[in-house]
Amino acid sequence: MTKTKKKISKQTRSNIITYGIVILAYIIVQTMINSGSISSLMEGLMVPLCIYAILAISLNLVVGILGELSLGHAGFMCVGAFASAFFSKCMRGEMESDGLRFFLALLIGVAAAAVFGLLIGIPVLRLKGDYLAIVTLAFGEIIKNLVNVLYIGKDSSGFHISTQDVMALDSDGTMIISGPQGITGTPRDATFLIGIILVLITLFIVINLTNSRSGRAIMSIRDNRIASESIGINITKYKLMAFTVSAALAGSAGVLYAHNLSTLTATTNNFGYNQSIMILVFVVLGGIGNIRGSMIAAVILTLLPELLRGLSDYRMLIYAIVLIIMMLFNWAPKAIEWREKYLSFGRKKKEAVK
Amino acid sequence: MAALLDVKNLGISFGGLRAVNGFDISIEKGELYGLIGPNGAGKTTVFNLLTGVYKPDTGKITLDGKDITGKKTIDISKAGIARTFQNIRLFKQLSVLDNVKVGLHNHHKYSAIEGVLRLPRYFKVEKEMNERAMEILKVFELEEHADVLASNLPYGEQRKLEIARALATDPKLLLLDEPAAGMNPNETGSLMEMIQLVREKFHMTILLIEHDMKLVSGICEKLTVLNFGEVLAQGKTTDVLNDPQVIAAYLGE
Amino acid sequence: MGMSFISYLINGLSLGSVYAIIALGYTMVYGIAKMLNFAHGDVIMIGAYTALMAMSQAGLPPVIGVLIAVVVCTVLGVVIEGIAYRPLRNASSSLAVLITAIGVSYLLQNIALLIFGPNAQTFPSVIKWDGVSLADGKLNISGETIVTIGACILIMVVLMIFVQKSKQGQAMRAVSEDRGAAQLMGINVNGTIALTFAIGSALAAIAGVLLCSAYPTLTPYTGAMPGIKAFVAAVFGGIGSIPGAFIGGLLLGVIEILGRAYISSQMADAIVFAVLIVVLLVKPTGLLGKKIQEKV
Repeated sequence: MTKTKKKISKQTRSNIITYGIVILAYIIVQTMINSGSISSLMEGLMVPLCIYAILAISLNLVVGILGELSLGHAGFMCVGAFASAFFSKCMRGEMESDGLRFFLALLIGVAAAAVFGLLIGIPVLRLKGDYLAIVTLAFGEIIKNLVNVLYIGKDSSGFHISTQDVMALDSDGTMIISGPQGITGTPRDATFLIGIILVLITLFIVINLTNSRSGRAIMSIRDNRIASESIGINITKYKLMAFTVSAALAGSAGVLYAHNLSTLTATTNNFGYNQSIMILVFVVLGGIGNIRGSMIAAVILTLLPELLRGLSDYRMLIYAIVLIIMMLFNWAPKAIEWREKYLSFGRKKKEAVK
Repeated sequence: MAALLDVKNLGISFGGLRAVNGFDISIEKGELYGLIGPNGAGKTTVFNLLTGVYKPDTGKITLDGKDITGKKTIDISKAGIARTFQNIRLFKQLSVLDNVKVGLHNHHKYSAIEGVLRLPRYFKVEKEMNERAMEILKVFELEEHADVLASNLPYGEQRKLEIARALATDPKLLLLDEPAAGMNPNETGSLMEMIQLVREKFHMTILLIEHDMKLVSGICEKLTVLNFGEVLAQGKTTDVLNDPQVIAAYLGE
Repeated sequence: MGMSFISYLINGLSLGSVYAIIALGYTMVYGIAKMLNFAHGDVIMIGAYTALMAMSQAGLPPVIGVLIAVVVCTVLGVVIEGIAYRPLRNASSSLAVLITAIGVSYLLQNIALLIFGPNAQTFPSVIKWDGVSLADGKLNISGETIVTIGACILIMVVLMIFVQKSKQGQAMRAVSEDRGAAQLMGINVNGTIALTFAIGSALAAIAGVLLCSAYPTLTPYTGAMPGIKAFVAAVFGGIGSIPGAFIGGLLLGVIEILGRAYISSQMADAIVFAVLIVVLLVKPTGLLGKKIQEKV
């Protein structure tokens, strides 16, 4: 039994390190902000960093833990962003507390993304591999497209919805969502602290889910679906669980995104499949299935081009090359053989010490 | 006493080819039963039919008095049939302990929310699961390797772990698909002891597919011989192995 | 409706023919190498840039420009397959090669971005023919449209004959059915897959030139969306099936143009993707595909 105990404590130690990194990063950056030793450009990057970290961690739940490739992650972020911005814009000036309004917006954004995750997951998760990847991409693009033709206005006689153009509103009416122009005038409620708290919550949910009965069931599907079924695991239920939780967390990143800008539009770059693929790059470079790794990769890959301005032209090129090399090095049977031959010596030694 | 597993007239076709036809078997509780036959005789297909991977075209499967014909794999697992696979199917990226704990999934429960929020029930049930899983691993002398990734186990141990995982589902009937495949005579010997032990310790009823005649004649009380999807002979091991028809089928005349 | 409907239909067939040519490459690669070559669309873009450079920078005639594009893309396709995909062919997870393909797609886009810049370039049509005018000038069919549709039909017929009759075509079918068995029969599996990539990439070059002749703006991202849509077309028709890719491409082009005209121009992409989702959920094998069962 001592062995099991030791394993749990090893797990706990790893978790403490992960949470510790986040908290320490917050303290350091906040101190620098307070003492004015950080550029306003960098300061403005802090909320986006949290957004990307949440996206990468939550996508890893699907790619690394469930073992399916989703290329529509930005779509769920889009749902969370628009649902919450819609609420915040409607409620602007109607609620006493800005904090409460943001909290409610967060709940709405997360819930909306979760509902989309569930609705899309039910049909999509019947597919596997390439087909699943391309269909999630398709859903992500459809969401982005739908948002771009959505016009919602509000006046004394209530809400008006159209998919064509600006509608006639009473004199007191305002447009809330105007198609490609999106939502303007969302309160900028997102702060670095809120971002960090959401990163911690995301980590807490993903790590604890993974290390629980449900997480084991999800990973068993990844490792061998047929065996998993044969010992009575409900495949559909656990696939949906991973997919929906991941979508909900992406929704929370969307809420942060929407409340960090005063204008919210859905473009190819923020909610299109390019963004989904960017998040996937974070997950792959951080290590598929490695929660802490994907978070760190998201932060470094977002910061690096800002720090090395001269490199920014080559940024995506370098990512692409690194991505290809990483995949070849980690997955090609020949590379694995080579690694085992030449690099295993050190690892064996380490195991012996343990 | 009624048989634990009662199969009548089971059959399935794949695109015109009759893979299994008119298959009958009756296994009493506590029996160690062997299913043998030449390659391609339909033995694994019978297992796939029994576990709901395929739906039979004809016939009826009754487990412990309950009709499980055409049920889904997950429901058959819950009804009490567990299996291993000819080509080992472990959860490779999970530890040995976690492989067994996945097997315990339907017997030790807490909700996902209790798991995420680490509510008291999580700790209580996880503790039970760890203890139960270690108990099972001890029987297979795998407790030392509890933390090792399943893919890092030696081949013979992987076969044992697969049996351990199947037993964790607390089945009434255990199906073993060529447990000795790829083992050397020494390993096969210890596997035979292990199967005997499992049967006594867990009061298990076992149906196994095997090519190794030493193993079959050594531990199985009854045999069914399958040839071209149909039952060629059935009965006590010694009687069946002396049946001229069976000898002919095996010598390929 | 009348004339405008017919003219939309013809535009749809023209766009659909481009999709079909790309989809033919996709479906062959998917059918034989069993991988979704995410970078296929970007090969189209490279083909178009190559032809553009040959014509505008080097001042070569269009026919030579197209030929150079075909050669460049063929080599590119074979090199990509050899370096990035072949080592992962027996990887334990099929996601590995898909993610690598996404990386290659990124790589090609960003190389083009560095060389040609992000600004759209105007692509001169390679077809110097005004086309025909019907019904007293009420219905104009451009030369691009006629050539595109003609090229598509020609390519499909040649491919079908090649796959059915030639020795290499038989090898392709064998590798597609069972790679291991094909190897045992003495078929050069690596060579066959490389040949498939070569053909697919050559078709991508032709598709790139035709696409940009009809829609004359070229950016590093020009190929991405048509590439994905062509995959949709291949799935629609039944992946692995040559006539399926042809029919799927044409139908998808018509659906897109009619959707753009009669439903909403902004929703055209969404409609195309909705088609994919409906097909995969209702008939995952597509219109002409075969069913594959998993082995336990």
